[in-house]
Amino acid sequence: MSVLAHVGGVVGGGSEAPQHPVTPASASRWRRLMPYLLLLPGGLWLTLFFAVPAVQLVATSLYDPNGSLATGYAMTWSWENYPKALQAYVTHFGRSFLYAGLATVLAVLLGYPLAYAIAQKAGRWKNLLLVCVVAPMFTSFLVRTLAWKTILSDNGWVVGLLRELHVLDADGRLLATPVAVVLGLTYNFLPFMVLPLYANLERLDGRLLEAASDLYATPLRAFTKVTLPLSLPGLVAGTLLFFIPAAGDYINARLLGTPNEYMIGNVIDSAFLVRLDYPQGAALSVLLMVAVLAMVFVYLRRAGTEEVL
Amino acid sequence: MSNAPAGDLCLANLTKRFGSFTAVDDLSLTIPQGSFFALLGASGCGKTTTLRMVAGLEEPTAGQVLLGDRDITRLRPYQRPVNTVFQSYALFPHLDIFENVAFGLRRRGVRDVAGQVRQMLSLVQLDGFERRRPAQLSGGQQQRVALARALINRPQVLLLDEPLGALDLKLRRQMQIELKRIQTEVGITFVHVTHDQEEAMTMADTVAVMNAGRIEQLGAPAEIYEFPASAFVANFLGQSNLLSAEVTGKSGEDVLVEAYGARFCVPASRARCMQGSVYLGVRPEKVRLAASSDEVPGGHQWVAGVVTDSSYLGVSTQYLVRTSWGIEMSVFAPNSQAGGPLPVGADVVVHWLPEHAFLLARERGKEESPAPARDRVDTAGVVS
Repeated sequence: MSVLAHVGGVVGGGSEAPQHPVTPASASRWRRLMPYLLLLPGGLWLTLFFAVPAVQLVATSLYDPNGSLATGYAMTWSWENYPKALQAYVTHFGRSFLYAGLATVLAVLLGYPLAYAIAQKAGRWKNLLLVCVVAPMFTSFLVRTLAWKTILSDNGWVVGLLRELHVLDADGRLLATPVAVVLGLTYNFLPFMVLPLYANLERLDGRLLEAASDLYATPLRAFTKVTLPLSLPGLVAGTLLFFIPAAGDYINARLLGTPNEYMIGNVIDSAFLVRLDYPQGAALSVLLMVAVLAMVFVYLRRAGTEEVL
Repeated sequence: MSNAPAGDLCLANLTKRFGSFTAVDDLSLTIPQGSFFALLGASGCGKTTTLRMVAGLEEPTAGQVLLGDRDITRLRPYQRPVNTVFQSYALFPHLDIFENVAFGLRRRGVRDVAGQVRQMLSLVQLDGFERRRPAQLSGGQQQRVALARALINRPQVLLLDEPLGALDLKLRRQMQIELKRIQTEVGITFVHVTHDQEEAMTMADTVAVMNAGRIEQLGAPAEIYEFPASAFVANFLGQSNLLSAEVTGKSGEDVLVEAYGARFCVPASRARCMQGSVYLGVRPEKVRLAASSDEVPGGHQWVAGVVTDSSYLGVSTQYLVRTSWGIEMSVFAPNSQAGGPLPVGADVVVHWLPEHAFLLARERGKEESPAPARDRVDTAGVVS
């Protein structure tokens, strides 16, 4: 409603210009209709390509699990698809959230200082640095992840150096380990963390930091008491934009891990494309969606209060 | 009040350059402890930069900031016993009023935060606003929170950077009186930066008029107003009629000058400059109007002219009088006088007492008005 009211207000303001040769009646009708007309293209698009497929997905998850692509699926309202799928793949769910969670923490540790530096300290290099953050996105996701396969390979320089430094054993490796998957996730989704944080920190009022400093706050205190709390909305947006796609990702686990590192995305991928078990794939998809939504909800409730500090 | 040894705030040869621009130019002044000091100047004159150097938010290019015997020039802002009320208030939007005011106390680990905050909020008359957010307060209330947030720390010096600039006129007047009351009550040195001359004069014990990074004049408000040191001060602090003149000699205690062919005299004690090119200055409210030169009281000096403009201001009427030399003089005539307002075009005589005039140094060749001087001695003179 508030969006409609806002759109209506803006349109109303514009159409008050007296030079429009329209009668007051038709002007007010336009004013009333305009918000709906503006919503129409996007609404239509979302209905066709999001709402309808979502309903279809839920329907598919309730199909007869004994059907097949060749014989067709019958709608049998098989709710038992859910507990069965969950039971079979609960470890994959756990692993997905663990990897995505670890990657989110890493991304905050890497992304916050980066976003802060670009927003507050970069000066005229700001735009160039922002382009650098986004630049990897110009390459395909797949290619980027394959590049990491090379970087982390057993005879690559990273592993060589780590073995030299005795961080890794002589036969230790990175590729095909959980570490590689988490690193891959961190790398691939980092811009989703940095950009909202940057947008927030860029608006940070330097005068507030001066005031904090004037009121006996050391730079560290000024950060924890002023900068950090004020950047919380950006941090929340960044972690959500990062965590949600990371939790559903399957490319990183596929290319940088082994089946032991497979995440729920890999299971869904194989259910639809290899095993052709559509009801199970759909049930897992719905479960993933619900689980992520629930986590987001809890997270927002917590982050919305000051207790999170 | 403060735990640290008290003392005067002393700026010694303070200079700040931004690239090739000199914002503050070799400024030296001493602000006595417990005084209400105003730095007055137009925007860009360096007054805010001076304040920020005292706060530690700007590092001086040269010079020192001393507090008593202590050199605080290189201390970080959070190490100085100095607090600031910022022009934009800079209240923390994520904290409520209580936490905003408590901020400084918490950083220093002071006990009894709650009691002090409540006491301070009642000093600025904001009891009961503890749990509000800054955005829920009016401009005047935010201003008082900013004041409370700084004052609660009992600084040795409180810096106020145009703190009333964002308030409407009536609230501003009210806050001026309020600030003065609080300053008297707490006895802390206040350094107030403003471009509003009336504000500076109302509140401060001592006013420093700044121009182009330097102090033009420093003194009590009445002192500066009655006897300005330069043409800049004469026109920045109130208005002045300045006539270009040349000193012609001395007669007893009086300095004789000639302006546009007419002769005037000014007591030597009212002359900043005794020779060469000068400005003969007189404040518009010290000037009287008469219908003809016959009505000019004894001892007054006069100039004949024509009323070209009149604006009714309530307590007074402001006239512009064009003298026969083509110079316009401004006259404030109190409306308490009998007789109606003078019409535009009326022939009048402008007159004043010599002891109300003052002489200021003038760079040779610099004239207030390019109008040529005509030799008509009968249009001006000294009534003896």
